[in-house]
Amino acid sequence: MEREKVIEVKDLVKRFGSFTANDRLTFDVYRGEIFGFLGANGAGKTTAMRILCGLSRPTSGKVTVAGIDSHNPEEIKKRIGYMSQRFSLYEDLTVNENIELYGGIYGMTMREIRPRREELLRRLSFTGFSDSLILALPLGLRQKLAFAVALFHEPEIVFLDEPTSGVDPVTRRQFWEMIYETASRGITVFVTTHYMDEAEYCDRITIMNEGRIVALDTPTALRELYGTASVEELFVKIARPQRINA
Amino acid sequence: MKRFMAFVRKEFLHIFRDVRTLVILFGIPASQLLIFGYAVRTDLKNASIAVLDNARDNVSNDLIHKLEASDFFTISNRLDSYDEIDATFKKGKIKAVVIFPEDLSATLTREGHATVSIIADASEPNTASLVTGYTSGIMNDYSATLTKQATSGLPVIIPEVRMYFNPNLESHFMFVPGIITLVLILLSALLTSVSIVREKEFGTMEVLLVSPLKPWQIIVGKVAPYFFLSLFNVIIILLMAWFVFKLPVRGSIALLIAECMLYILMGLSFGILISTIVDKMENAIIITFMVLLLPGLLLSGFIFPIENMPKIYDYVSMIMPPRWFIEIIRPIMIKGAGFAYVWKETLILAGMTLFLIVLSARKFKVRLEETAR
Repeated sequence: MEREKVIEVKDLVKRFGSFTANDRLTFDVYRGEIFGFLGANGAGKTTAMRILCGLSRPTSGKVTVAGIDSHNPEEIKKRIGYMSQRFSLYEDLTVNENIELYGGIYGMTMREIRPRREELLRRLSFTGFSDSLILALPLGLRQKLAFAVALFHEPEIVFLDEPTSGVDPVTRRQFWEMIYETASRGITVFVTTHYMDEAEYCDRITIMNEGRIVALDTPTALRELYGTASVEELFVKIARPQRINA
Repeated sequence: MKRFMAFVRKEFLHIFRDVRTLVILFGIPASQLLIFGYAVRTDLKNASIAVLDNARDNVSNDLIHKLEASDFFTISNRLDSYDEIDATFKKGKIKAVVIFPEDLSATLTREGHATVSIIADASEPNTASLVTGYTSGIMNDYSATLTKQATSGLPVIIPEVRMYFNPNLESHFMFVPGIITLVLILLSALLTSVSIVREKEFGTMEVLLVSPLKPWQIIVGKVAPYFFLSLFNVIIILLMAWFVFKLPVRGSIALLIAECMLYILMGLSFGILISTIVDKMENAIIITFMVLLLPGLLLSGFIFPIENMPKIYDYVSMIMPPRWFIEIIRPIMIKGAGFAYVWKETLILAGMTLFLIVLSARKFKVRLEETAR
């Protein structure tokens, strides 16, 4: 079965001066896949993700996201969603106002926004909260809403940058259910994480170390290949930095 | 005791490792001493004055020499008629005009006394009283020497003081333009920098950058509200000045508003620049106040005339936008000066604004790339 590629990365190199943050990365991501991006701090995850999101240009190599070349970041940005680890909603705006803002930024009119907003609030059982300030919402709800807002303009791919840091296990679990649901609708989920148990939930994972990809396959295949019981063990085995950074 | 010493040693280490503490510890006293010792001067030095010598006789000549010989004055202009006085003041450099009456010598011999007028630019009330005081003083000294020679025992030359633009020497003539200058730049720079840094701190900036919004749209969108609110602020201040202090705007209101817009724009770009340097809201606030408040208050000529400070302070104040803005709005508001009198300062301010906009836009772009790591 030939699956459709939504992200194609070939020989991606990103240098900052003499420092090579991404060293010849090559990988593809398929439509509807949950693609996990793992690595220690400073391994080059964030740099790669910023290039995929159109925030930064590659030094060399070819990057295509949602069929658009990375030299045209403006077009890429229209087709992707993004959620940072801080569930970036405006705390002093209400739920409704936040949704309207993001809809508006992505070029939607109020007429398009309104019905979709109602549907979203119903789906999240948020109806009672529509006029509450984000400030008043518990962290778990904020995270849910941030994710829904990142998907509000129906992007082809959604990038999640450590979306579950600082969240309790139950909420994390619920959040992953949302991710599954999203992927099942054909939206590709590109997620970076620190939690190794979460890596097990991904369709495929990539492990980066010192700017290079050191492993890329399904969690099961990787565990078998390296003979480890969990992704965590695997990670410790292959992603150990050469130098010890305090 | 040993324990205590170990603890104290740590405290010293903290201080010596942290450049900022050292700067605060030693830099603040030094800078305060320099600023207050030299910038805050209530005496007069080298004030520019003009003379209108209708007499052209020994007495007027002597007096002009006396004025010139003193450290207090520089006679930088000789006028030929009364009509030139208004324009001279509007240009702003001349602090006072000393007018000798036509028949000075004759009146003096005939009646034993004569009047010499001193007209001071009272848009800066402090300077005006100093200038007239010192000028009168020199005249009285001269009178004393005349009296000795003539032995008639009368005070011969009577200085007649007139305060131009502000006859009652009301201090709000000075404060209103000064407050506008200070408040506008502080608020616009502060609010912009804080609101941009806030987005960085809360992580919402990332989300905006990943969106199809272009960086310039984000920045312009962020500062646009502050632009209009600051302008609204100007109008409130002017209305208050009018209703509460009865201070009218003598020049063109349209010109005043246009100049304020330029100045606000400058404050906003300054705020953007600050926001590209710092990552925390507190730091944005501290930097804005350190860079703008104290120098703006002391070195802009708002309260203490720059002419009285050492030359180096004059040069330093030249890179400060508030100085130029004060030199623009004070003449417009108090003296009714038109654009012809303030175009040079406006050009300088516009140049500074352009420079800040280009610089902050560049820094903002660089920041975007750098945060990639």
